[in-house]
Parts: sequence; structure tokens; C-alpha cells
Amino acid sequence: MRTIEQIVEEMREHAKDGPVLIKELSEKGVPIVGTYCTFVPWEIIHAAGAVSATLCSRSQKPIAAAEERLPRNLCPLIKASYGHAMTDTCPYFHFCGLVVAETTCDGKKKMFELLNDIKPVYTIQLPQRGDRPEDLEILKKEYQLFVEEMERFTGHKITDADLRAAIRLRNRERMALRGLWSLAELENPPLTGHEIWEFGEYMSFHFDKETDVSWLEQQTADLRAAAAAGEDRGLGRKPRVMVTGCPISGSTKVIDAVEAAGGFVACYENCGGQKELRYLVDEDKEPLEALAEKYLGIGCSVMSPNKTRLNAIRYLADLYRVDGVLDMTLTSCHTYAVETYGVREFVHGLGKSYLAVETDFSENDKEQLATRIGAFIEML
Amino acid sequence: MKFVLGIDIGSTAVKSVLYGGKTLEWGLAPTGWSPRDAGKGMIAELLLRRGLNESDLGALISTGYGRRALPAATKQVTEITCHARGAHELCPQARTVLDIGGQDSKAILLDERGGVIDFAMNDKCAAGTGRFFQVLSHALDYDVEAFGSVPADGPVEPLSSMCTVFAESEVIGNLVRGVPRENIVRGLLKSIASRSAGMLAKVGMKPPLFFAGGLSRSPSLRAFLEKELDCPVQVHEKSQFAGALGAALIGWEAVK
Repeated sequence: MRTIEQIVEEMREHAKDGPVLIKELSEKGVPIVGTYCTFVPWEIIHAAGAVSATLCSRSQKPIAAAEERLPRNLCPLIKASYGHAMTDTCPYFHFCGLVVAETTCDGKKKMFELLNDIKPVYTIQLPQRGDRPEDLEILKKEYQLFVEEMERFTGHKITDADLRAAIRLRNRERMALRGLWSLAELENPPLTGHEIWEFGEYMSFHFDKETDVSWLEQQTADLRAAAAAGEDRGLGRKPRVMVTGCPISGSTKVIDAVEAAGGFVACYENCGGQKELRYLVDEDKEPLEALAEKYLGIGCSVMSPNKTRLNAIRYLADLYRVDGVLDMTLTSCHTYAVETYGVREFVHGLGKSYLAVETDFSENDKEQLATRIGAFIEML
Repeated sequence: MKFVLGIDIGSTAVKSVLYGGKTLEWGLAPTGWSPRDAGKGMIAELLLRRGLNESDLGALISTGYGRRALPAATKQVTEITCHARGAHELCPQARTVLDIGGQDSKAILLDERGGVIDFAMNDKCAAGTGRFFQVLSHALDYDVEAFGSVPADGPVEPLSSMCTVFAESEVIGNLVRGVPRENIVRGLLKSIASRSAGMLAKVGMKPPLFFAGGLSRSPSLRAFLEKELDCPVQVHEKSQFAGALGAALIGWEAVK
């Protein structure tokens, strides 16, 4: 039986394979589609015989270049996305033939117009509300148009069977990821919050789903076995924190600050965490209807109202027995920043502690974060 | 062990408390450019006053922005937790603490044992902190003490900018227009008070309020805070030591 450390090390050996894998796929002539957001249905891209790759959006480096064209006072994620494209420093962007964008926030939507001068961009129009039958109709129609766009791009006619197979595969991946996250529910979690995050990242940047999902299921089973055999890293005795808010990939320093202060990140409500995992796509329904229904259930702050996020916070707080909720917003992300007040009230109503921090991708607020997050952990 | 030491290495001043069941020594010195040297010097001085060695200390707790600069510290605790604990000691009935330090200001909500229930801090910039106070007293050619003692009663020249840099230009503009210096100072104090009130509202301030940190020594700022909050503001002659005292008490509880 492998130790926890061995399992983590073996994962790390291949964690950075993404760029090579995407290059090989490109050389084989596989059509590659770049995306930024979970609202773009992976299932439709896969059903068309293309590979979906998450584009780079999380580094401080290309931001200076992006600011030659974009305003400074804009969210770092948008600036990094554009900067990577502009400076050709994202391998996934480099090898993709089409970028599929989405109208989430205003900043992104306008940035995509500029991005179109660098690479062809197709933009999915999202409704701004998710709780009425009309919203479902709008998204379903958009997804139908997207199916047609993908057919044009790949030359492959998407059948009902293609879609259903893609839905089943993606659901299987969601279940496998849930299994991974659920390791944090154990009394003696085998992985730190940061390591759990790394396994999730591994899955985002490997493209042979069938193989990768089986691999993840195996790792999770082995980690669970190691914990059951008594390997205990003391993580179960630390204060348990939920991270919510903006996508955290560019600001993993927040996770590090929690861990350095002696806390345990038990779950991530953010994108890239469990925001998208809570509901599966209904395999018995008409595929586009089922997809629209599933994706409308994402508790993104661009939706108004966005009760889904609060419900998810309650659900996860309970499931992962969290002591406090850490809400991370990126500079100039208005929708998440405005939501902090309501989330704070809601979390206090659950009897849990709450802290909101605003940050970006730079290193220059590390000390301030250490103090705020440190005091928060001491409070729990 | 009979002694513990708490040290609060702030951006402007180092505060320290030697404790052994009661406070034995208080120490205060400017931080200067090296928080590490300032901290080490302070520890040596307090120990020397009592003829002690570092090995006599059961715990050495560091706090403040320079808390990690001291390798000798047995534990580092954030200034929020320490200020709460120290404020509780100096003013046991306090349920909210306002601390205006050199580069941070914070509002802390306390429980009846001095534990932190919630807190808020200023944004990344120095607006409304001791640094703001320092820069503007310099622009007005006051020393910090005199600046904080300008009588609170009298005409107030409103200050619209909270950014330290912009506020300085605004102040210079007002001086050029011939606005009396004291009116400008009152405007500055009022703006710090109203910004602090905003932060206190954010955590849901509960009276009594205890005012800690270096700026609590300014009687006029206290008067403006009382007006702004419409409630009495408590201070203590050792308010500035709340963080260091809290650190010492946390150390004392750990060794006991």
C-alpha cells in the first residue's frame, strides 16, 4: 500500500504535463477549444469530438502587458486572460482553434471583443437569472446554437447518442471529484486543502477523461485506505474553513495563508472547487434541456438573484463541518464584492464566523493577508 | 517559570510588557528601519531592568506587523487577538476595541472573556491610520502631540480626501487659501473619526468602546470619536500597550 506522501508525489510528477499533452493532441490534428468558464458546457465540446482546454488566467506576469490595452482598474483574472493571449504565453491558447467565451461579467464580455482580434471567439449569451422556465428556454436555445457552432468547427454532426455519452462521462468525473473532496469529511483527512486543490487541478489539465477519471478514482480509494489504516497528519484537529468567492486559482496564496496560520481548508465553494459539482446532469432527460438545467444551477454572482450560492454555502458548511467561511474577492470584481455583505449576514445566521478578503494575483499583500487570515483562524 | 514577555512590533513603535503574575515592566521605543534589531534591543532592555536572562522567560510572544522578525519568539499571535486580550485586561467591560496603529486600524468585537467575535480592518492603504496623522501633522508643521491636542471645539474645515497623498495636497491648498491651521486639524481629526466609525459600524459595534493604539493619546481625536459615535470612548494611560500586554497574557496563560 502506498503512503499518502507517495500518492501526492506521484500526482505531482505529472501535474505539469498539460502543455505537452495539448501539443501532442494538436499535432495529431484533434480540434482544440479553449474556455474560461464552467458555463461553457464541456459535454457539447466533447460530443463534437474536440478537446476542451481551460485557458490561462491566473498569473501576475502578463498583466502589465494587458494594461497597455485594458484599464488598470479591472479584475486581475480578466487582465491575465487577455495578457496571456496577447503575449502568447498560454500553451492552451496557442494550440486552440476556437475560444468559447460566455457573457458572465461585463469586464469579461468586453475583453472577449478584443480577444477576437487574436483568435476566433464564439460567445455564449447567458441569461442573468436562473430560476424561471424562461431562463431555461434561453439557455437551451443558446446551447443549441453552440451545438451548431461546434459542428461547423469540427465538421462532426453531433448526435443524441454523442451528447448522452459525453454527459455520462462528465457526470462520472463529477462523482470522482466529489469522492476526492469528500476525503476532507474524514476525521483524519489524508490531504491538506492545498493538496486536494492540486488533485482537482490535475484533472483540469489532463485531457483523456476515461483514463484520468479511473486514475482519480484509484487515487481517492488509496488515500481513503491510507487514512483508514491509521495514517494521521493531524489535519482533523485544525479549525475547518470553507473558501468561497471568486475563482481562487490565481490567488492560492489565500489557501497557503490559512494553512500557515494552522487552519484546514475543508472545502471550496468557488469555481474550480465545488461550485459546479453539486448537481449532475440528468441523464434521463433530453440532453440540451438537461444541460441547460444543470448549468443554470451554478451559483455564480453574475446571476440575480443568486440564492443558489447561499444554499450551496449552507449545504457545504454542514457537510464539511466548517467553523468559518473565508470569502475571497478579486480586486474590482463588483458582483462578488457586493455579495459579501449578504453572504456575511447569511454565514453569521448559520452561527459561523466569516471573513472577507480582497486580493489579486500579486505578492504585495501577503503580510496583510497573513494578519487578517491569521486573526480569523485564531478566532475559530 | 515566573516570567513571560509580550512584544508588539508595530510599524512605528515597539511596545513590550514583562509579566509575572502582574505587569513588571513596560517598554516603548521607535521601530526604526529594523524591526528585528528594535525588537531584540527592547527585550534585552526589559530583561536588564530586572536582572534577568532570556532563559528566565517561560514564553516570549510576538505580535504586530514585525512579529515574524523575532526568531527568539516562542509563538507569534496576530495583533487582533492580542489587542482584544490586552484591551480586556485594561478595560474589562469593553465589548468593542478600536485600535489605530501606525499603518493599520482595526475594529474588534469582544466577548466577555476578551475573545474575538469579529473584526474589520482598514483597506490596504494608510488612510485614517497613524501614518496619515503623521504625514499631515508634518505638512501643518505640528509635532504629533500638539497636533492631537488641538481643541476639538471650534470651526472645522472639512477634508474630502482620505488618501494620505491627496489629503496632503488638499491641506496645502487650504493653507494657501488662508484657512486657519487649527480648523484644518479639526477637519483631519473629524475625518479619521468618521472613517473609524464606519469601520466600527461594519462589525456591529457594541458599547462600551475601548480606544487603543498610539492615537488614543490624542484627547481631541477621542472627542471627535465621541461626537461621531454618540457614546463614551474609554481609554487607559497604557492604551498603547494593549497589544503587548495581550501577548504577555496569552503567554502567561500558556505557561500556567
